[in-house]
Amino acid sequence: MTEKLLELSGLEKHFPVRGGSFIKRQVGAVHAVDGLDLVVHEGETLGLVGESGCGKSTTGRLAARLLEPTGGTISYRGADISHASRRALKPIRSEIQMIFQDPYSSLNPRHTVGSIIKGPMEINGIDPPGGREARVRELLEIVGLNPEHYNRFPHEFSGGQRQRIGVARALSVNPKLIIADEPVSALDVSIQAQVINLLQQLQRELGIAFLFIAHDLAVVRHFSQRVAVMYLGKIVEIADRESLYEQPRHPYTHALLSAVPDPDLDAPPRERIRLAGDVPSPINPPSGCRFRTRCWKAQDKCATEEPPLVRLDGNRDGHLTACHFPEDQATAGRDIVLDPALKD
Amino acid sequence: MFLEVNDLTVDFHTEDGVVHAVDGLSFEVERGSTLGIVGESGSGKSVTNLAVLGLHNPETSKISGSIKLDGKELLGASRSTMERLRGNEIAMIFQDPLTSLSPFHSIGAQIAEVYRKHKGASKSAAWDRAIEMLDRVGIPQPKVRVDHYPHQFSGGMRQRAMIAMALVCDPGLLIADEPTTALDVTVQAQILDLLRDLQEQSGSAIILVTHDLGVVASTAHDVLVMYAGRAVERGTMREVLREPRHPYTWGLLGSMPSLAHPVDVPLRPVRGTPPSLINVPPGCPFHPRCDYMELLGREVCTGERPELSPHRGHGDACYLPLKQKAEIRARAAGKETT
Repeated sequence: MTEKLLELSGLEKHFPVRGGSFIKRQVGAVHAVDGLDLVVHEGETLGLVGESGCGKSTTGRLAARLLEPTGGTISYRGADISHASRRALKPIRSEIQMIFQDPYSSLNPRHTVGSIIKGPMEINGIDPPGGREARVRELLEIVGLNPEHYNRFPHEFSGGQRQRIGVARALSVNPKLIIADEPVSALDVSIQAQVINLLQQLQRELGIAFLFIAHDLAVVRHFSQRVAVMYLGKIVEIADRESLYEQPRHPYTHALLSAVPDPDLDAPPRERIRLAGDVPSPINPPSGCRFRTRCWKAQDKCATEEPPLVRLDGNRDGHLTACHFPEDQATAGRDIVLDPALKD
Repeated sequence: MFLEVNDLTVDFHTEDGVVHAVDGLSFEVERGSTLGIVGESGSGKSVTNLAVLGLHNPETSKISGSIKLDGKELLGASRSTMERLRGNEIAMIFQDPLTSLSPFHSIGAQIAEVYRKHKGASKSAAWDRAIEMLDRVGIPQPKVRVDHYPHQFSGGMRQRAMIAMALVCDPGLLIADEPTTALDVTVQAQILDLLRDLQEQSGSAIILVTHDLGVVASTAHDVLVMYAGRAVERGTMREVLREPRHPYTWGLLGSMPSLAHPVDVPLRPVRGTPPSLINVPPGCPFHPRCDYMELLGREVCTGERPELSPHRGHGDACYLPLKQKAEIRARAAGKETT
C-alpha cells in the first residue's frame, strides 16, 4: 500500500456548552468527534459518510487543522500537527486544501475570480513559472471555465461554475490532499455529475488524495476507493468500497444502504430496514455502542461495553467493524421495519 | 380526473424582463395516485404548485390557462373561495419544515388552528384532532408532544408534524414540494413510507416535486419531467425510468450514480447549464445542451417548439423519431457493459 499521508488517531473534538444566567459556565460538551481513527493514503479517495450531526464536517475541519482537537493526534506525513502553531502549519497549509459545500458563501463576492484563485499562491509565496496570472488562466481551463472570465465576479457565475472556481482555488497551490466537504450536495443533479467527473479526472491526472465527505451513499460509492461510515463522532465501519457496499457488517451501514432510493428499476431488490427516530444528541451520547438506541439487534452487552473497531472473521483486509453482533455475510432478504408509524 | 391543469402559463414581470417560469404546461392527477414532477432548479416545478394553490401575487405575475380541481376552475376564483380550498381541499408540505412552522406557537396550536378554521370545530375537539393526527404520522407520545414547539422537534419529526398539519382536514390533493430533500436518507425513507401509507388510507392525490429520481422510483405512479417551464416527458413511473425518451431525461438518469451501477464508469451528465427563463432558447428549449441536435439539423430543433407527443400516455417533446432513440439507447447500453 502507498504511504500514509494523513493519520488521525483517537481524535476528539468537544465543543463546550455554556449555561447559567450571569456567569456562563460550561455545563456540558458536544462530543462532535469522539475517538476517531482514520488514515488517508497518498493518491486515494476516502469517502466519509453519515447522517447530519454525526461529526463528518468537524472531522474534515480537524483534518485541515482549521480546528484544534481537544484530544488525540493528527499527523501529516508522520509529523504531529495536532497542536502546531500557525507558523508551524504554514508550509502544510498549501498541501492540504479544502472545497466547501456552499459555492455561494465560500467565495468573496467583492473579489474577482482571478484574485480569488490567485489568493492562496500569494499567501504561500508560490511563484509558478510564467507568473501567477498565467497559472490562474491555466487553472480556469483545467476546471472547465473560460480563461477570459479572469476579471469577472462570483455573482456572474452559476452554482456549478462557482464550485469549479472553488476547485481551481484549491488546486492553485498544488495540494497533496483535498478535503471536500459535501462538494456537490448544493448543486443540481446534472451539474453535480459534471463536478464529480471533474474531481475524478483531477485525481487521476494529478494524483491528489481526497477526503470526500458526503451524505449521499451513491455519490460516495462512485467517487471513493475506501469508505468510512460515521455515527455520533465515531467510525462504525470502514472498508474498501466493494467490501463495504456488498457486505456491510455493521447494522447501521446496512440500514443506511437499504434506505437509499434507487432509480434503477432493474436493480436487484434490496431488503428494507427502516430505522426508527433520529440520531441521538451528541451532548449525551448513549453508553456502550452509540447506535444501540436505534439498533434492532441491541442486547444488554451493547449498553455496557463499547465495541472496538476490529477486523471480523471472514472479512477482507482493512474491513473494520465496531459491533458486538455484526450482520451475517450472506445477508438474508428480510424486511426490518422499526418505525412505529409503519407497524401494522 | 381529479386535478386537470391545461396549458398553464405563468409569467413574472421583473426589472430584467419577463420571466417565463411556466409555459404551456398540461398534466392530470387522479385520486389515489401520485404524480412525481422532476426537474432541476428553475424548471418551474414550484411555480406550478404555487399556481395550483393560488399563491402568486396577481400584481407581479400573469397566469393563464386552466386549473380544474374536481371540475371546478381555480384560476380566477375569488380570494375567499381559494381560502376555503387551501388547507382544506388542497394542502402543501414544504421542503424546509423549520421555516414553514411558526416558532412562537406550539405544534398542537398550529394543527388545531387549521382544523378549527375549516371545519368550525370547538377548541377542545380541534386539540383532540391534533393529537390524533400526530399519532397517525408516527410521533411518539402525541399527548405530550402536542404542547411542544418546533425547536423541540428534530428535522424528521418536524416534517411529520408538517404532514399532520397538511392532512388534518383530509385534503383531496396534497402537494409535497421536495418533502425529503433536507432530511437524511434514513429519515427520508421513513417519510416516504409514511406518505405512501397515508395515501392508501385516505385516497388523496399527491403531487410530489423532487429532483431525485430514486425518490420518484419509490413513490410515484406517474412522472412529469420539466425543463425550462415545460413538460419534456410524461408517462407512468415505469415507462419513464425504464424507457426514457427525451434526451434530457437520459441526461438526468446518466447524472445520478446508483448503488447498482458498475463502479469506475464515468457519469454521463448533461453538458452546460439550464437556460435563463427570460431568454428561453427558441424551439426546443433543451437544444443548446442536447447531443443529438445534429441528427435532425439545427433548423428543426430551433424551429417550432416540440409538443408532448403522443398526446396521451407516455410522450415526450422531441422531434427525434422513436426508432432512432431506441438505437441511441441500445448503443449507450452496449458501451456501458463492454
